[in-house]
Amino acid sequence: MSVVPTQVVTASPAVPPRALSPRWIRRTAAKQPLGVVAVGYLLVLAVLGLFASSAAPYDPARQDLAAALQGPSSGHWLGTDALGRDILSRLIYGITPSLANAFIALVVFVGIGVPLGIAAGYRGGLFDGVLGRIIELIQSLPPIILVLVVVTVFPANATAAMITLGVLGCVGLIRVVRGATFIVREELYVTAARVSGVTPGRIMSSHVLRRVLGPILVQASVFAGIALAFQAALAFLGILSSGGRPTWGGMTGEAAQVISSSSWQLIPPGMAVLVTVLAFGLLGDAIRDLSSGEDEPAPSSRVKRARTPGEATAMPSERAVPSGAGPFDPELLAVDRLTVVAGEGTEVPLVSDVSFAVAPGETVALVGESGCGKSLTALALLGMLPGGVRTNAGRIMFNGEDLTAGGEPAYRAVRGSGIAYVAQDALGSLDPTHTVGSQLQEVIGRHEQLSRAGKRARAAELLAQVKLQDPDRVLASYPHEISGGMAQRVNIAMALAGRPQLLVADEPTTALDVTVQAEILQLLREIKHATGMSILIITHDWGVVADIADRGVVMYAGEVVEQAAVDRLFTEPRFPYTAALLASDASTAAEGARLPTLPGRVPAPGSWPNGCRFSGRCAFVKDVCVAGQIPLMPVEAQSLTRCIRVDELVLQGALPS
Amino acid sequence: MFRLVLRRLAWSIPLLFVASLVSFVFVAFLPGDAASALGGANATAEQLAAIRQELGLNRPLWDQYWQWLSSALHGDLGSSLLSHQSVTSLLNQRLEPSLSLIAGAVLLAGSVGIALGVRAALRGRLGKVVDAGSIVGLAVPDFWLGLVLILVFAVHLSILPPTGYSPLVDGPGAWMQSLVLPWITLAVPATAIIAKQTRDAVASALDRPFVRTLRAAGVSERSIVYRHALKNAAIPILTVVGLMFVGALSGTVVVESVFAIPGLGSTAVQATSSNDLPLIQGTVVYFTLIVVVINIFVDVAYGYFNPKVRLA
Repeated sequence: MSVVPTQVVTASPAVPPRALSPRWIRRTAAKQPLGVVAVGYLLVLAVLGLFASSAAPYDPARQDLAAALQGPSSGHWLGTDALGRDILSRLIYGITPSLANAFIALVVFVGIGVPLGIAAGYRGGLFDGVLGRIIELIQSLPPIILVLVVVTVFPANATAAMITLGVLGCVGLIRVVRGATFIVREELYVTAARVSGVTPGRIMSSHVLRRVLGPILVQASVFAGIALAFQAALAFLGILSSGGRPTWGGMTGEAAQVISSSSWQLIPPGMAVLVTVLAFGLLGDAIRDLSSGEDEPAPSSRVKRARTPGEATAMPSERAVPSGAGPFDPELLAVDRLTVVAGEGTEVPLVSDVSFAVAPGETVALVGESGCGKSLTALALLGMLPGGVRTNAGRIMFNGEDLTAGGEPAYRAVRGSGIAYVAQDALGSLDPTHTVGSQLQEVIGRHEQLSRAGKRARAAELLAQVKLQDPDRVLASYPHEISGGMAQRVNIAMALAGRPQLLVADEPTTALDVTVQAEILQLLREIKHATGMSILIITHDWGVVADIADRGVVMYAGEVVEQAAVDRLFTEPRFPYTAALLASDASTAAEGARLPTLPGRVPAPGSWPNGCRFSGRCAFVKDVCVAGQIPLMPVEAQSLTRCIRVDELVLQGALPS
Repeated sequence: MFRLVLRRLAWSIPLLFVASLVSFVFVAFLPGDAASALGGANATAEQLAAIRQELGLNRPLWDQYWQWLSSALHGDLGSSLLSHQSVTSLLNQRLEPSLSLIAGAVLLAGSVGIALGVRAALRGRLGKVVDAGSIVGLAVPDFWLGLVLILVFAVHLSILPPTGYSPLVDGPGAWMQSLVLPWITLAVPATAIIAKQTRDAVASALDRPFVRTLRAAGVSERSIVYRHALKNAAIPILTVVGLMFVGALSGTVVVESVFAIPGLGSTAVQATSSNDLPLIQGTVVYFTLIVVVINIFVDVAYGYFNPKVRLA
């Protein structure tokens, strides 16, 4: 039995192996310069405190009334106090009580907080529940008043005061350790140890403790600063005995007595407390950054690593589609060679060279798996790309105006009134703190000058337009009081408030129940019929495409690979990805047949292969596919494909042609 | 909503109970005779006997607590060992300065902290400033900050009184003048914490899907930030403002001593230095009651900002 746990221990992904090796220290120091300064300062302080008698230039108690209240000089670096005592020496002698008192509180803090926190997180149940209640009680009381009670009962007793502070403070640590333990407890190697018969005590002390060390150190460091400031305050108030030794708090108190005659006195002890507390705080921050940095690498570094040189230069390609007017006229929206990139300096393209158009009254579907750049393309149309992501080439022509040239004012002018937007997360798309009516009326107010009653009437009218029963009740409801389907209708109503010409709907039915999905699609069709509005619908669901779209634009790895009328896409796909997606889609697959899956994943931005980006997953790949950039080529009227072997391949569609 | 407040009130009973019990438990653990510890080294035999008589130290502990508790329930918290005044009447006088101090400081910290935090959430650089400011703001010892403010504004510039408290009935101008420096002293660390919490909460609210919907519907950035994101961020901000109230209450102990304000905090310090057990017990009860009231206010505000709580 005793052999098994050792194996389990070696399997634990605990502290990184090279921790505390010289290289690790160098790298850490480079990442956390402030943390290193803090550690250095605290070490120097500790050494000065330990060797105070040799480090201090004077006896801290030696009075020289003739030299009282002097400023800094070569004889007294930090000047002298009201009794002519050397301030620097008193400051150095004050280190020991400051650090020692903070240390007492810290020992109690860690000594009670860690075991109780681990036990509560590991055992859970009644123990955890009762402890939680006690913690809640203690946290409701200001600690200083309870410490004052203790000092009243144990007059001037610094140790008793600091023990009390440690007990009262450790409830915060218990919470943190409990939370961290709770997560570790569920991890595989801990479960494995438990199953293989390791006693709970050993699991907690060897496995769990190692993992929760980071949060404990952070809390301990911050608390050390709090304890130091706290004991300085008590010493300042003169309610702690220091056995005649100078203390930083006491020195501040003495400086307060002579504040009108000498202001210098205040500076050294105050700064000593401030800088030391600051050092503990910075140390805590550094540990926090280090321990969170080990768990997961920063996302930006992942993107950079994935990027290979040479790709950036390959990006701007020769284009087959002529610039300016697309193949479809007259257009409401024409996206022309749109490129969206992420990052400063080294840019990673997320969407490249995307061109398509939407005619008035037309419904176009953007189709593809997640990670193909569909949603980013949609957000780019509204000028609402997330932070760090931007459009860096291409044009977005809306009603003949280039939005990319107009910038934010141009986008703002079309949002809601020209181009409206409906998102996937129906409930999350409504502000939970305002009623439906309040949000809808606010949006109405942005587009029309109406009275209060007018806005209310228009809101009710919009809800009727999206077929919501009982509009008055819905208007008075908060988002959490309505269903997902109702919320999506409200979102559509909000989108319609500005009477837009184009509705961008990003997976509007994906998160809804199947029956509700059909209702929402039906509603969109009806609205389109009634208003003549165009729709750009983003989806990975061919059922949705078939149900509502006139034309499909298939995207793969940030670029358009095929576009055609929907019936053409279904009967005669001209790009292998389209065919593979069709084959793997449940709504179009032959009944009774085993559903084929599309193996592999969409390559991440920055790691797109040269040549055809689908080549890695394509069943028909040849050398020619990866030889170089492949342009989007016209197949016939209103059809485009990026497959270089289009003339050789006969691809299977979902429907017979 | 109403039930929420009731639940909070019910919760305050064990809280008051525990808080009041604490001092009795400590007395029980005291090695030797409590009276000699409380009376100090120089106390005469008569003085010690008087303390024993006054505190009932020769009776069993549970009996002492029961006596104290039953008179406390009638509003009698005993009398001060030092001044022999009734603890309640003594502390009632100290209530106004302390409450003025706490309310003003949190109001100041709340308005400055929230304004700073919202702007920091919108602009990256200010966010870093708020981060750095919150680390330094928390490290500044309050007793020292108070003295530095006295030095600058009272001693050197002579534009504000260095210490003392002018009651509100003597004129709001003098009242404010006497409180400006204490307010700032208490508000500095609280502002740092509130600004950081506001920054984080508003930034995460701005990341939520409804912001995208509102923006796409043409709603202005101003309304998105102040009407929607800030309201959604209100719960964590409110939590921290509530904690700052309790923090300011703790801060009165030091700040009232620095500025010589006759409040609950400075009374607690005097009671401690003079080993006045009944008086310090009374201050604990007053502190706890104030915390209970603050928590009820915070809960009511939760309900206003979170419609889901309101229904509960």
